[in-house]
Amino acid sequence: MLTPVPTGTEVSRSRKVRSRFSVLSRRDKVILAVMVGVPSLVTLVFIWLPVILSILLSFTSWNGIGGIDKIKPVGLTNYVNLLTKYQAFWPALEHNLLWLGFFLFVATPIGIFLAVLLDKEVRGTRFYQSVLYMPVVLSLAIVGFIWQLQYSSSQGFINNLTGHTGQDNLIDWLGNPNLNLWAIIIAAAWRHVGYITVLYLAGLKSVDPTLREAAAIDGANQRQTFFRVVFPVMAPINVVIVVITVIESLRAFDIAYITNKGLNGLELLSVLVTNNIIGEASLVGFGSAIGVVLLVISVGPIIVYLSRSMRDQA
Amino acid sequence: MSVLGSPRGVRGASGSRWITLTGVAVLSIVASACGSAATQAPATQAASQGAASQAAASQAAASQAAVSGAVTVGSNQSDANPKAAYASLINSCASQVGVTATINTTDHGKFQDAISSYLQGTPDDVFTWFSGYRMQFFAAQGLATDISDVWAQIGSHFSDAMKAASTGADGKQYFVPIYNYPWVVIYRKSVFAAHSYQVPKTWDDFIALAAKMKTDGLIPVAFADKDGWPAMGTFDILDMRLNGYQFHVDLMAGKQKWTDPKVASVFTTWAKLLPYYQTGALGLTWQEAAQALVNKKAGMYFLGTFAGQQATPADIPDLDFFAFPTLGTSFDSESAIDAPIDGLMLSKAPKNLAGANALLACVGTPAAENLYMKSDSNDVAAAKDADTSGYNDFQKKSAEIIGSSQKIAQFLDRDTRPDFAGPNGMQHFLQSWLSNPTQDSTTFLQSIQSYYDQLPPLQ
Repeated sequence: MLTPVPTGTEVSRSRKVRSRFSVLSRRDKVILAVMVGVPSLVTLVFIWLPVILSILLSFTSWNGIGGIDKIKPVGLTNYVNLLTKYQAFWPALEHNLLWLGFFLFVATPIGIFLAVLLDKEVRGTRFYQSVLYMPVVLSLAIVGFIWQLQYSSSQGFINNLTGHTGQDNLIDWLGNPNLNLWAIIIAAAWRHVGYITVLYLAGLKSVDPTLREAAAIDGANQRQTFFRVVFPVMAPINVVIVVITVIESLRAFDIAYITNKGLNGLELLSVLVTNNIIGEASLVGFGSAIGVVLLVISVGPIIVYLSRSMRDQA
Repeated sequence: MSVLGSPRGVRGASGSRWITLTGVAVLSIVASACGSAATQAPATQAASQGAASQAAASQAAASQAAVSGAVTVGSNQSDANPKAAYASLINSCASQVGVTATINTTDHGKFQDAISSYLQGTPDDVFTWFSGYRMQFFAAQGLATDISDVWAQIGSHFSDAMKAASTGADGKQYFVPIYNYPWVVIYRKSVFAAHSYQVPKTWDDFIALAAKMKTDGLIPVAFADKDGWPAMGTFDILDMRLNGYQFHVDLMAGKQKWTDPKVASVFTTWAKLLPYYQTGALGLTWQEAAQALVNKKAGMYFLGTFAGQQATPADIPDLDFFAFPTLGTSFDSESAIDAPIDGLMLSKAPKNLAGANALLACVGTPAAENLYMKSDSNDVAAAKDADTSGYNDFQKKSAEIIGSSQKIAQFLDRDTRPDFAGPNGMQHFLQSWLSNPTQDSTTFLQSIQSYYDQLPPLQ
């Protein structure tokens, strides 16, 4: 099997990073410090500081009105209430995991499959790419709005096409708690598939064509070429795709909120946080506790997955 | 060449592998931040939205303050009709008292959602709000200014019930009522005439009428609860009819328990009406249900008279209503009704206190409220001596039914704690009951009571 040989510039660049002080001028160092320092500072102040404050707030009870003296520490009460008394929590967790599962095992593989098909340079490939990518430029709120019109039980496209608009045979896509989660997951997947397709297609284009030729010479068919040659080589892209899928599914919020504020089968952890914090009388401590749970769920698996991938690569 | 580093199998190119690792590590940090940013993004969005409108308002006020008194008004009346009506009311009063008024309108729902941060930031001098506990809550937090002095001037125009609804927990007034509207059963006169239906007075007549409508191919009772709050109206009226106004008010205030058998009887009675409701109600908005009524697909609709907004001007004369039927209890004589009141309040530290007070004193007069009613034909003026000659039949009947009611409630989400009435609380519980009415009543009511009990005490 042919392996690419590092070019001259690549080797010398790696040497440059190794030997720190001899090649970088003082000006270079200052510029590097600013270019790395400013975004890091911004991230620290605007993302990590609020995260830490949220974690601290999750141990308090506060209605959002008044100053620090109005914040009452309550220990683990918020977490206990969350896990035992809050009716919406376990359904929300279940829905988030269902969303994650659907995206990981159905939506993303479809995206990868479409990318592989488009990579074959069939006629009209640019047209297909544009069509598939178009939903991605829409925000999820707009996607929710569009699909609500399709799913409307009496005036929507789907029910009118299949003739289910009467009082007896109405399919209540958005009001039936058994159906509506899947309805909006499909709406979100409509957008997600295009995103994954274009991302994976970009990665496929960068795979060395000599690898495929070598596989063809060895007598591999399409499926074997993809799974045994191309897929392993795309390992960094695969990691990105998985991370993006996990982010998009755990972050799901706009579409559920737009549909019905996350009630009646559309509970999601992010919507629960919003419902508790935004509103006329906020339960800021309680909402922060939900936020911390979401944080742990988001950060945990990603760290585990990445550390395993790094170890595999090393 | 892949952007994210060289393909695997090349040993010694560790520099590019470091770039890969750093890149993916940064991505993971951003990913985890995105997960938690969901908590901050909505909060900061709401705060910045409120801040943006206040910045504009205070800038406008500051530039005009030197010329003449300027008063800013924050409004949640974003629909076309009410917006125009408010504009004419405020501008007319402003020119009468000699101030310049600027109205800052925010989308209806978003105004309510952001009210907490809005009032704590730099709110407008005057803002639209609702009466009842929803007003008392913010007054008790010190976010509204006492306007008892204004009420000394305008008190004669309002009934005692209106004054009670405008009074805070400390006995001072914080609210100037402008209009209210009753929750009634609306129908189309032509549909009733075509099928020779009679207006039902008692519950049994009501159910019998619904059954007859079903055989005639109509949806007997239109119903929509996607937004979560419309179902509260039916709960309120059944509770007041079965258990009396006082029990209902005490239940809202937390003095009665949801596990009381009286509350269970409300749900068992309600269950008898469910077969006659529109199917798929939990996926429909009240506008869609009102359209079903206007399009003659549904026979009756229990909603506030604002449902009339969904009818074309040609259809409005055909709309009529009757009070929710009596259930044969001792409380029938109370003729209790939900009639929420909307009006204005003064924020905690208005920049132009004298000007705002004068504006409110002008708004709380029959003449000003009549001006509002000219542009909004779905509500009735709150002032008891307002001129009703300009009312259409619908409004005349609304004023009559409110006037003849002994007890007026404000609607569940205005009578009880906001954190109990919201999507976490009653909206969710009512929806869960509607989608599964045969669930065990004891466990269901117990879950409502436990939710109420674990809410933090009001500070």
